[in-house]
Amino acid sequence: MKKVEVLVIGGGPAGLCAALSAGASGAEVLLVERSHGLGGQLSKQTHMFFGSEKQYAGMRGIDILSKLLTDLESLSNVTIKTQTTVLSIYEDGVITMMSQGSYEKVQPDRVIVATGASEKSLGFINNDLPGIYGAGAVQTLMNIHGVKPGSRVLMVGAGNIGLIVSYQLMQAGVEVVAILDAAQKIGGYLVHASKIRRMGVPILTGHTVVKAHGETCVEQATIASLDEKWQVITGSETTIDVDSICISVGLSPLSELLFQAGCRMKMVPVFGGFVPLRDDSLKTSIDQIYIAGDVGGVEEASSAMVEGHLAGICAARSIGKVHEKFQELYMDYQDQLRALRSGHSGDHIRQGMKKVSLEVTVC
Amino acid sequence: MLEKTGLASQALIEGCFPKKERLIKGPVAIVECFQKIPCNPCATSCKRGAMKAFEDINDLPIIDHENCNGCGVCVYSCPGLAIMVVDDQYSESHVSFKIPYEFIPLPEKGQWVQALDRAGQVIDLVEVLQVLNSPAMDRTPLVKVAVKKQDMKIFRNIKVVK
Repeated sequence: MKKVEVLVIGGGPAGLCAALSAGASGAEVLLVERSHGLGGQLSKQTHMFFGSEKQYAGMRGIDILSKLLTDLESLSNVTIKTQTTVLSIYEDGVITMMSQGSYEKVQPDRVIVATGASEKSLGFINNDLPGIYGAGAVQTLMNIHGVKPGSRVLMVGAGNIGLIVSYQLMQAGVEVVAILDAAQKIGGYLVHASKIRRMGVPILTGHTVVKAHGETCVEQATIASLDEKWQVITGSETTIDVDSICISVGLSPLSELLFQAGCRMKMVPVFGGFVPLRDDSLKTSIDQIYIAGDVGGVEEASSAMVEGHLAGICAARSIGKVHEKFQELYMDYQDQLRALRSGHSGDHIRQGMKKVSLEVTVC
Repeated sequence: MLEKTGLASQALIEGCFPKKERLIKGPVAIVECFQKIPCNPCATSCKRGAMKAFEDINDLPIIDHENCNGCGVCVYSCPGLAIMVVDDQYSESHVSFKIPYEFIPLPEKGQWVQALDRAGQVIDLVEVLQVLNSPAMDRTPLVKVAVKKQDMKIFRNIKVVK
């Protein structure tokens, strides 16, 4: 059986930073990623990041990825395997995976699960017509493969992803007909909303899509106003010509492996679904398993990177690989997370965090 | 209104402009950032200390217009593209604006482009005075245009027309 000190599952912002920090602490690290390329969401993020310099604010996601990969190259104790999907975490600590076509087993001392999140869907009539995409798929098509997803897009969801993808669609020369959000207020950052508004795209809060029309693909969409209780206001329906509908209605943590491993889980709606309980070092209810990033609650990539670093140094420390600046770094990462979550836009995150702390739940 | 439509009220916009006494002294940054979000590159990028240093990363930017010389570093550093530079002294009849513009094709100097308001409505045709696109700007070029004085608080964007 192959042994490894720290196994990191997922090569997105959280997983890359976890591998970096566990590696910098001196642990032998294996990072596995199911896709062909590393970076997760970073690989499609062409916009400048928010946050502070410590989370590379002002840099574009794609450039942050290049920087992280360069940093990883300097660590000879970090091994990376792409096209490798973890299948299961067994009770005896054995982890099975399908790696580039072959079935493999690994026994790590510690696991950092950084599997991220997946997009939520939305129920409406004909929502399976070709031309209806998740916002993430649209970003992958455009920003990784250079493929235009359509020419007249209706965006459903005015959170940060919906707003940013709308902007990137326009950068790619695609017309965004409107951005809808069922809520009465825009969920994403208002600076993103304003920069799209001044391109002439209407943002319709209190609206949703009720039906897609078309024979073989989307040709039209019927949208409608919603009341405060999110019920369609009869008679408010309008039908518009579109060839694509892009759904950006939130994300759900990809926490199946943690369930299977037997971690104590909790449904926390503000985090997008079931998430594991964790302590301040991001250790779950199982001593060998740590988490980082969206799998523990959907947030921004900035906090995912900080969580990755935090889980990396803590998981390594728990097996005696103590980073030479552990105390300093630990306090710094905690401070960064506190700062990122401290404003109004972090209200729901702080609310969620209270519900998932292991210490509190145990008491 | 801003939270529902992405469109700031005219009162909010007016509040972003310095007093006339400062405007007539030349280029100055206009910061339209109204929501506390964790973001501080405007403050860390300002070499003159005109953008007050943040105590908390969620602080709203506070600009001291007297210390600002309209250099434009914060304009391309702002991840929200919420800043622009206005020069009231460009000419008798026009002010100049430097705005961030991340679209292709980029306009060229001397080209006439559509001027848009904050809702994206066409308000005029304006001449491009300069296009700045240095490596330091990291793919957020700045386009400088001449805008009629009466449109100073209405103009916010451009659209390149073929």
